[in-house]
Amino acid sequence: MVSPTPLQAFSGIQKTSSNKQPVVSGEKMTGAQALIRTLEDLGVKDVFGIPGGAILPVYHEIHDETKFRFVLMRHEQAAGHAAEGYAVATGRVGVCIVTSGPGATNMVTPIADANMDSVPLVVITGQVGVDAIGTDAFQEADTVGITYPVVKHSYLITDAQDIPRVLAEAHYIARTGRPGPVVVDITKTAQTGNLYYSWPQKLLLPGYNPTTKPHGNVLHEAVKLFKHSYRPVLYVGGGAVRSNAGTQVKELADLTDSPIVTTLPARGIVADSDPKVLGMLGMHGTVAATAATQKCDLLVAIGARFDDRVTGKMEAFAPAARVIHIDIDPAEIGKRREPDVPIVGDVSEVLDALNTEIKEEQALNGKPNLESWWAQINAWREAYPMKYDETTPDGTLSPQWVVEELSRQAAPSTIWASGVGQHQMWASQLINFENQHSWISSGGLGTMGFGLPAAIGARVGSARDFGGKKPVWLIDGDGSFQMTSEELATAFIDNAPVKIAILNNSVYGMVRQWQTLFYDKHYSQTNIRDGENNENIINVPDFVKLAEAYGCVGIKATTQEEAKAAIKRANEINDRPVLIDFRVYKDAMVWPMVAAGQSNDTVVYKPGVQPLLNGDGTEGRDADSTQAATQR
Amino acid sequence: MAIYPASTPYSERHTLSVLVENRPGVLARIAGLFARRAFNINSLSVSPTERPDISRVTVTADVEQVPLEQIIKQLNKLLHVLKIVDLDNMDAVERELVLIKVAANETNRSDILEIVRLFRVRVVDVNPESMTIEATGNEDKIDALLGLLNNYGVIEMVRSGSVALTRGPHALSEKVVGSEITGR
Repeated sequence: MVSPTPLQAFSGIQKTSSNKQPVVSGEKMTGAQALIRTLEDLGVKDVFGIPGGAILPVYHEIHDETKFRFVLMRHEQAAGHAAEGYAVATGRVGVCIVTSGPGATNMVTPIADANMDSVPLVVITGQVGVDAIGTDAFQEADTVGITYPVVKHSYLITDAQDIPRVLAEAHYIARTGRPGPVVVDITKTAQTGNLYYSWPQKLLLPGYNPTTKPHGNVLHEAVKLFKHSYRPVLYVGGGAVRSNAGTQVKELADLTDSPIVTTLPARGIVADSDPKVLGMLGMHGTVAATAATQKCDLLVAIGARFDDRVTGKMEAFAPAARVIHIDIDPAEIGKRREPDVPIVGDVSEVLDALNTEIKEEQALNGKPNLESWWAQINAWREAYPMKYDETTPDGTLSPQWVVEELSRQAAPSTIWASGVGQHQMWASQLINFENQHSWISSGGLGTMGFGLPAAIGARVGSARDFGGKKPVWLIDGDGSFQMTSEELATAFIDNAPVKIAILNNSVYGMVRQWQTLFYDKHYSQTNIRDGENNENIINVPDFVKLAEAYGCVGIKATTQEEAKAAIKRANEINDRPVLIDFRVYKDAMVWPMVAAGQSNDTVVYKPGVQPLLNGDGTEGRDADSTQAATQR
Repeated sequence: MAIYPASTPYSERHTLSVLVENRPGVLARIAGLFARRAFNINSLSVSPTERPDISRVTVTADVEQVPLEQIIKQLNKLLHVLKIVDLDNMDAVERELVLIKVAANETNRSDILEIVRLFRVRVVDVNPESMTIEATGNEDKIDALLGLLNNYGVIEMVRSGSVALTRGPHALSEKVVGSEITGR
């Protein structure tokens, strides 16, 4: 009988373990040197961050010969978002190195953002020396404790010898299974201590075994549901993008003639030019996508998590549908809706297997006739296309027109980034996406200020993997942009020539839209007065001058002619960042819209038009009429 | 499928045994998960086990089936969690230890001692004004004992929370892959 051991579960720091064998083989070096070497051996090519006291030993080891490029940001939050943009654009793991205390707390927002959107990140933070932990030392913060609720996993390293193994584990955890952020908090003690370095490292992860291969039985069940479905819909989410499953999704759609509707992060998973793509569904989705989902008899959720912005009122979402739910994270299955067929596995692998089984089944029994389903879908598409007013009451630009014009003039390989707000919805609705991994936006957390740093990260990624041939356009709002505008300096100095389109309506537009619709037009604290069209009053900041102050090209556009010329010019400049300040109408609204918490059946195409309700359009604001609508 | 609030007074009692790596911060991760997923627990006890690299967390909660499944899945996502077993589906021995300080004087001491004898529990401290009783048993027994002692006035009380083992010759940790956790 082994005698019970002292319990560590309550402790903050590892108790000195007596049974730990000292490692004496390998190359002797400091923890900081080992950290840099490990990143190189992991194949990390680009790192984002800002130095500081508790991480200085590590920065001391970054030299000209270091095998990765270091991108010096101006704020830690931006370093995190840049790493996210980089990760989404390239499929690599985003890596940041920041200091302790405020450096680490500034990283909390991007960590939470990456956690919501399943973006693979390794965040390395400095920490005070082991002896100073718990003493409220200068720039001390309990980084691991602060980030518990928003990480996939986290480490506190107190011993230099652990650095190579822990970084290798962190990198592996971040990119496998359901990707996510991993925090590695490294005490100064470990950075300056000595160790014997060897590579490769053996990973010790007994509690981590993500399932990637689907179970055979559930595939048969899924094939059966397809066989008997006459109104199927593929509801594709960000998980399919992370799994790089665009080809497989398209194959499944072609095999089964199913329409594809996507969530915000999955825009572009299959090219918009494909007639099976109905666009985004949910709160600001197309009528065709939302309607098809409401009326379908088989809903195939692929790497999607039934977010409330997608489903509206959960009880009224796709009420007649059987559900097949494919996800690599077992906890997503049954979280918001109980599926008829749960399939746990990596989306690409699952779809490869499923497509094979469907082909075999169809060879024997043919496939259902979906003509009437497509007739219905096409009727919705024709009756309710994405439409907007090209002219505005005050003669300013129509923001939707600007987005469409940007899309028209852009190269097909363009990577698009956005902030959060109205401009993000218009970008998602109106850009023609032709490639997966070409749309970078903050979905789950909805982080304003995400855009510029993410675009910089994407541009660094474009330079790394695509020879800089994929241009990066950022579509941002004046409010969202100002939350991280200091990164114009990074974009210029660190050579990340992004193109920036600010849809400047001088207000927090999405909040103003809700105030217009739900808060009696009481515009409380939403006028930020950075684009008043009366030049004599307030115009702060002047975005053109701001761009010029940071070495970038700044252009202002108030008319369609100016806008077209400005976009043309921006597309021709590739040696420095370009910013265009588009003056747009402040009361333009994002339509279609489902009000928060309402059934998707109440979708408003434009004020007064609710295509999925019976005739009069006035009902559907309460539960009874919603029920009536779903029972039709 | 509304899962919140996860716990209601009328929900069934469940006991979970969670095997975790014996590492710093494990308890904080588990406790934090319960709190942020709105999962109310009755008791939680953490202890070392037969293996130096593994600790065992025993949790009891009154909870509906659906939120219970969700919380088990969320627990499984924590890398330090090695195995979770819902002991309600298994034949298990469940015990809890309680120390109760009862207001006892010469007039009612013999009555209290009668209760102690009936419940086969022990007196561990006696004072002219009080008596401290140590009791072990499953939760029902301890609740019944407390119900009786309440009449005399309970001055102070502490309960350990349930701990439980499955019956038979096997250990839950047998199914845990790899015992390489030590040596970190």
